[in-house]
Amino acid sequence: MEPIVELGRVSFGYGSKPVLENIDLHLHHGQFAALVGPSGAGKTTLLRLILGTLQPNHGTVSIAGRSLNGGPAPQVAYVPQLETVDWNFPVTVEQVVLMGRVRNRSLLPWPSRDERRRVLEVLEQLDIAQLAKNHIRDLSGGQQQRVFLARALIAEPDLLVLDEPTTGVDMRVAETILHLLGDLNRRGITILLTTHDLNAAAAHVPWIICLNRQIIAQGSPEYVFTTETLNQTYQGDMLVLRHEGMLFVQQKPHGHTYHDVIPHPVPGEVPSSAEWGMKRSDLPAPKGVL
Amino acid sequence: MFEPFQFEFFRNGTLAAVLTGALCGLIGVYIVLRGMSYIGHGLSHAIFGGAVVSFVLAWNFYLGAGLWGFGAAVLINQTTRRTRINADAAIGVITTASFAIGVALISRYRKFTRSFDAALFGNILGVEKADLVVIGAVTILVGLMIFFLYRSLLFTTFSSDVAQVYGVKTGWIDTLFALMLAAVLIASMKILGVTLIAAALVIPPITARLLTDSFNRMILLSTAIGAGAGFVGMYASYYLDLASGATIVLTQAACFAIVLLITSLRKRLGRLIHTHV
Repeated sequence: MEPIVELGRVSFGYGSKPVLENIDLHLHHGQFAALVGPSGAGKTTLLRLILGTLQPNHGTVSIAGRSLNGGPAPQVAYVPQLETVDWNFPVTVEQVVLMGRVRNRSLLPWPSRDERRRVLEVLEQLDIAQLAKNHIRDLSGGQQQRVFLARALIAEPDLLVLDEPTTGVDMRVAETILHLLGDLNRRGITILLTTHDLNAAAAHVPWIICLNRQIIAQGSPEYVFTTETLNQTYQGDMLVLRHEGMLFVQQKPHGHTYHDVIPHPVPGEVPSSAEWGMKRSDLPAPKGVL
Repeated sequence: MFEPFQFEFFRNGTLAAVLTGALCGLIGVYIVLRGMSYIGHGLSHAIFGGAVVSFVLAWNFYLGAGLWGFGAAVLINQTTRRTRINADAAIGVITTASFAIGVALISRYRKFTRSFDAALFGNILGVEKADLVVIGAVTILVGLMIFFLYRSLLFTTFSSDVAQVYGVKTGWIDTLFALMLAAVLIASMKILGVTLIAAALVIPPITARLLTDSFNRMILLSTAIGAGAGFVGMYASYYLDLASGATIVLTQAACFAIVLLITSLRKRLGRLIHTHV
């Protein structure tokens, strides 16, 4: 089966400044992948190339076997970063979700009975049906993210692309969103998202792509999240801890490391649960801090 | 009470004021929500340049000014899309240069017999049957285009980049919008004049925005406010013996002030009740 996303030796730059170089990427139907990398690594640019809103300087981009040639990607839905949304725009939740039906080319401005039913179904699926008539500004961060997810789902996409869906929401909401995406993926939708939350990606996303102008590595979190790969991706000191089958990624703090405060100076090993659970007052004062 | 309506010029003027008020209110919603409030002001000045050029070349006013206005709108759009220049700067450069061409031509050809005062300040009482036909045709054309492009226009106005991903041909939508805007401005120019059109494009939608959080209702309210102010302004101008275009805009401004006052008081009252309950 041909990949749903296929990028062959894609390079892109704004003017003379290269942003992406020689990107080869294949995503297959049913994959759930996260694109990680530092700010300015080209994550959003790569998404825009896949979405067809940018054209590569070199190389080819195909979605479901169809070359994009600068046109919009077929059967692809997109959830933008929440911070790009104009929250004062006068639209209700229902009106935003209906935008996802624009491909249907209905000539009437108002939704048909069938469209209203479909909107309600999608909102119920995401547990926000009671908010249909609310203005988008009057929602919590998690509810706002669900509204834009609903707009994407009503388009019945094969590929769902999300730009930083967990940015600007608290840990609990981020986890709920990623669980929701996992459910959608199990129903057959291919998902590609960008995120800065490496721990959430390690816990919820089965395929990670490390990007910094080039693809540094891709594979399962266990394979990709190593100190070497992350140091190469982020150009910084990253620490990867493994504990009870879970992965934790942390940046090494400057001046002192966790070894200064946790008495287990064995590299790669994590302290016991009891030590993780120590109260702040039980810990020795960090060096150099009064 | 019905005295002014016995005069044909008043009946024509009122019909023209109601239709252009509604048109400006309707298209103004998209202008305000796109953050392009300045374009009405700028483009009407650009069209003034086109009106002078069409007179010098002995072209039909509507054809010459229309092509000029549409060209200016497309040029602003393309300059903004293809360069790093922001919309406000592009509007400033292109429309002011266009206006300057008109002023330069007037100073060069001093033998003009035609007064451009009407184009600058409006002459609603000089509306002829042919003008009413043009205004009526533009109202039908713009009304139909907004009706059939409603969903694409809404999505493009809300989020142009995302609309493109969902299959909306945003380039076409922007071009058609520029065409509609140029048509509305030309139809309104004789009624309100270059100097007052911008107010008629902006005041009804921002008044409507204060009253609702729904896009559909905003469209209906803004159109109704524009049309209503056109009628009330014309009627008031007859009895107050004031310039009609200015009275229409002042009526809209009064409407905005009243709505702003009421909504602010309601908000404060709501907060007060909320803190004491």
